[in-house]
Amino acid sequence: MRRLSRRLAALVMLTGIFLVGAAGSALACGGLVTPNGTVSLLKTTTLAAYHDGVEHYVTSFEFAGEGQEVGSIIPLPGVPTDVIRAGDWTLQRLILETQPQPPDVFRAAALAEDSAGGAQVILETKVDALDITVLKGGGGEVGDWAREHGYFLPPDTPEILDFYAERSPIFLAARFNLERAERQGVQTGQGTPVHIAIPTPNPWVPLRILALGRQASELVQADVYLLTDRRPDTLPQAERSRGFDPDQRGLIQEVSEPASRTLLTDLRSDRGMKWLPASGMWLTYIRVNETAANLTHDLAIDASGYGNPSPVAAGYPVADGAASWPVVWTVMAALVAVAILMAVTDPTVRRATAKVFRR
Amino acid sequence: MKLRAAAAAVVLALLVGVTAMTRGSAARANDGTVRITIHYSSFDPDGLAVEPGETVRFVIVNTDPIDHEFILGDQRVQDVHEKGTEAHHAHRPGEVSVPAGETVVTTYTFPKISRSLIFGCHLPGHYAFGMHGTVTIG
Repeated sequence: MRRLSRRLAALVMLTGIFLVGAAGSALACGGLVTPNGTVSLLKTTTLAAYHDGVEHYVTSFEFAGEGQEVGSIIPLPGVPTDVIRAGDWTLQRLILETQPQPPDVFRAAALAEDSAGGAQVILETKVDALDITVLKGGGGEVGDWAREHGYFLPPDTPEILDFYAERSPIFLAARFNLERAERQGVQTGQGTPVHIAIPTPNPWVPLRILALGRQASELVQADVYLLTDRRPDTLPQAERSRGFDPDQRGLIQEVSEPASRTLLTDLRSDRGMKWLPASGMWLTYIRVNETAANLTHDLAIDASGYGNPSPVAAGYPVADGAASWPVVWTVMAALVAVAILMAVTDPTVRRATAKVFRR
Repeated sequence: MKLRAAAAAVVLALLVGVTAMTRGSAARANDGTVRITIHYSSFDPDGLAVEPGETVRFVIVNTDPIDHEFILGDQRVQDVHEKGTEAHHAHRPGEVSVPAGETVVTTYTFPKISRSLIFGCHLPGHYAFGMHGTVTIG
């Protein structure tokens, strides 16, 4: 077991989130935005498990060291009931399964408003050296909160925050507290896994935010693991794997199979994972390997067996036509007006119309 | 026949007018004020035309929750600000910071020759993101 632990520890795993730089020193796995706007490309690993109506989102934040001014913001599909330290090796165990090769005080902040008309602070908690805040608010409000709390926000932040807030106004912001990190001996590059439990009828995994702050041509890479009661349907549908081909772009389904008993037993023995059934779960591993320009959607999951993942949860545009309506209306009105004028002024049309009405 | 032509012209004018309004924030008042809105890290409008020697009062409205800049000048001015090689300087016409959610005003007198200038934001990553526009003089 010790050998296994060493092997696992040797795997440099970071996790999946998105980030927005912050004044602190946290790096959210998935991307790192530094004060000069550059981004370090990092691979992200996330587990999104869904059981009994609760999405269990497990991801890891990597300490970027002192002097690094970055942090992370994750959009969530609902208000979490728990944000706790995750087990030390759940993500690593999933990687081993599919690829060749104590919570601090949790405090509900009584839905106190952060500022008049601004984002509401729903939860505040500490996980090891991480300060975690769950916010409720529109994209602008959450952006204001982040800016006022020293986060560096790349230029695409306003649009991306609105993209998420229109579907779910819940965000989790995380950054390392330098003093605690030093006291706890957190090393640069060391990950802190976090487990977020979110009751929701509609699980999804945010993907678009992984592209935050990146150039259009930059490659976004992430490993997304799903554990569900049934074989899930996703939107967009992942492509069939060409066998871990690094040149294959898009969302690639590398694994889709019943979760083995040994995997579930191992995962259940990790911290905070007792909720996971000992059998009957389906394991899906989707590899994200896409340019930032094309990663304009999220991953919607239908684990009900009805095969109907939500386009809204996937972040696809809803056809309300509001933006284009004025132009459409104008054209239609003009056409009707022209038709009426022709009917009134053209003798041929007038005679034909009169004939019709005489009948 | 004349009536029909006149009616068609009115419809066409309405169509053009309403469409222009819907496209619209190139709001330019008669008093020489140009309103520029910043939304999702983009300028709207991102292009305008002025007369040589004209003095324009720019009202810049930042609707984003992040800070921006409005830097008006030629390519050299843009390069200096993008590379951050210019020493900090006092307020200059056509060069202003636009804090998140705020509106700022700057007045600029354009040169008396026909040419093009650029306005842009040079906070990290913003110009490369596409945050710039053009002013055509003459």
